[in-house]
Amino acid sequence: MAEAKIQSYNINFGPQHPAAHGVLRLILEMSGEVVERADPHIGLLHRGTEKLIEHKNYTQSVPYFDRLDYVGTMNQEHSFVLATERLLGLEVPLRAKYIRTLYAEIGRLLNHLLNVTSFVFDVGGMTPILWGFEEREKLMEFYERASGARLHANYFRIGGVAADLPPGLLEDIAAWCGTFPQVLDDIETLVTENRIFKQRTVDIGTVTPEQALDWGFTGPNLRACGIPWDLRKAQPYEVYDRLDFDIPVGKAGDCYDRYLIRVVEMRESVKIMQQCLAQMPGGPVRADDRKVTPPPRGEMKRSMEALIHHFKLFTEGFHVPAGEVYAATEAPKGEFAVYLISDGTGKPYRCKIRPPGYVHLQALDLLSKGHMLADVVSNIGSIDIVFGEIDR
Amino acid sequence: MTQALKDLGDYIAAALPGDVLATDVNRCGELTLIARAAAIQKVMTFLRDDAGCLFKQLVDVCGVDWPGREARFDVVYHLLSLKHNQRVRVKVATDEETPVPSVTPVFSAAGWFEREVWDMYGVVFTDHPDLRRILTDYGFEGHPLRKDFPLTGYVELRYDDEQKRVVYEPVKLTQDFRSFDFLSPWEGPGLLPGDEKASGSDKIGGNS
Repeated sequence: MAEAKIQSYNINFGPQHPAAHGVLRLILEMSGEVVERADPHIGLLHRGTEKLIEHKNYTQSVPYFDRLDYVGTMNQEHSFVLATERLLGLEVPLRAKYIRTLYAEIGRLLNHLLNVTSFVFDVGGMTPILWGFEEREKLMEFYERASGARLHANYFRIGGVAADLPPGLLEDIAAWCGTFPQVLDDIETLVTENRIFKQRTVDIGTVTPEQALDWGFTGPNLRACGIPWDLRKAQPYEVYDRLDFDIPVGKAGDCYDRYLIRVVEMRESVKIMQQCLAQMPGGPVRADDRKVTPPPRGEMKRSMEALIHHFKLFTEGFHVPAGEVYAATEAPKGEFAVYLISDGTGKPYRCKIRPPGYVHLQALDLLSKGHMLADVVSNIGSIDIVFGEIDR
Repeated sequence: MTQALKDLGDYIAAALPGDVLATDVNRCGELTLIARAAAIQKVMTFLRDDAGCLFKQLVDVCGVDWPGREARFDVVYHLLSLKHNQRVRVKVATDEETPVPSVTPVFSAAGWFEREVWDMYGVVFTDHPDLRRILTDYGFEGHPLRKDFPLTGYVELRYDDEQKRVVYEPVKLTQDFRSFDFLSPWEGPGLLPGDEKASGSDKIGGNS
């Protein structure tokens, strides 16, 4: 019998594919069922956020950050407001710091709930995504009660947060923190020891610690390789240095470990939220600097100066002293950073957004090489990508 | 912390004379190195491997456009050392023509970042394995993050019902793009018209 000659061929995966997590177009060079090279084509959601921010003042720039990673929106705002505050040398009141920490952790839960459950969905488990979205909906209600919007919150402000929390909200969050671990347990009973799930994820897309550093991995994907690195511990911002929480670290650096890390991180997030609630101090939620934060409404009716400040802040915005800063936070997906250059005017001269997903997606070729086509789906699901932030 | 960074900057500058042109610790407590563009691979390799540095992670590469300068672009690298829990920023200057050596042999993570700098600013990298555009559309022309590129761009996209495909057309705005001048002197006027006679300066404050 003549030897059959197998030719390598290309597959076009996406951009309209449910497992592509958005608009990922992937050119796969296949040898039979085995991937030889994966070439992601991105940019289908590119909106020129960085260019737009150069034409807006600092306050107007914040909402653009919601539209990057639209899964846990406040975490993006966080990096930007921290960057601007560092340039201004602005001190934020303690209550605002606690509120921001609380909402950053809610954002982490929103993100991990979506990622973990949709990852399971990608490899064939339908139930967790329904349970996960139910919890996400409750969390988004907390977003809504604080900011008025479920997704695009625009809640963090330079110098604090937009408004104080409404009465009763903290109690409701505390009640949710009590019930959520049970939901997580339920999801885990379905998934963690599931034979099919493990067949699809264990030893798939393995990354060594050296590779992870070389490819710039951050966040859960780095920790899954066994490197205990978390900006909340290593370079604490807000009130993370006052809180007690653990950093889960993986061993194998495969898809399964990346899943496990996120599940454990969710439990830690609940712990952080409970501590924030217990320690939540009173006081103002905005820095008391009238050159940056607008005066309260009531004051404007009586004080001419307050009226002038309000007018100037909402027409011209404030001026930020010239300089540059790189502010990174531990966003749910990894290190989300803003590199901000100010030239002393009211608009950023340059605002580079460093999205974690961009770096992780770059390594998809490394993760998928030599694996089967179906494993590409596991890899995409496990590195946690959202195209809003990758394409910017 | 600031002193430690200053010492680190001095240490790096002493180890790489001629390649690191200047070091600076800014008011936010961040160390910046200005490097010679042609030596960037050497500087990066040193920063990665030297026991006093161990900046094992390249977290970000981006371009900055300064149209007033002769070498109008900065390429800015951000490195992170997990071992020493420190960050460093490395800057090199270049212009439209002069290529910068790619750092992909030192850090694999640089690949897409450099593609993005090429796409957005038109900075050329030599020895890059795959220097294609990344974020803009197939067949896009120009480098959108340059300061002389208009915010509205040059072309817009629509679906043509007759040709049954998406077509590009020169951008048409129903209203001209309005760029407001926000540089009014809020913090008190500098020089008022007339003051220049007293001080001898010919600069008039405000933005009349």
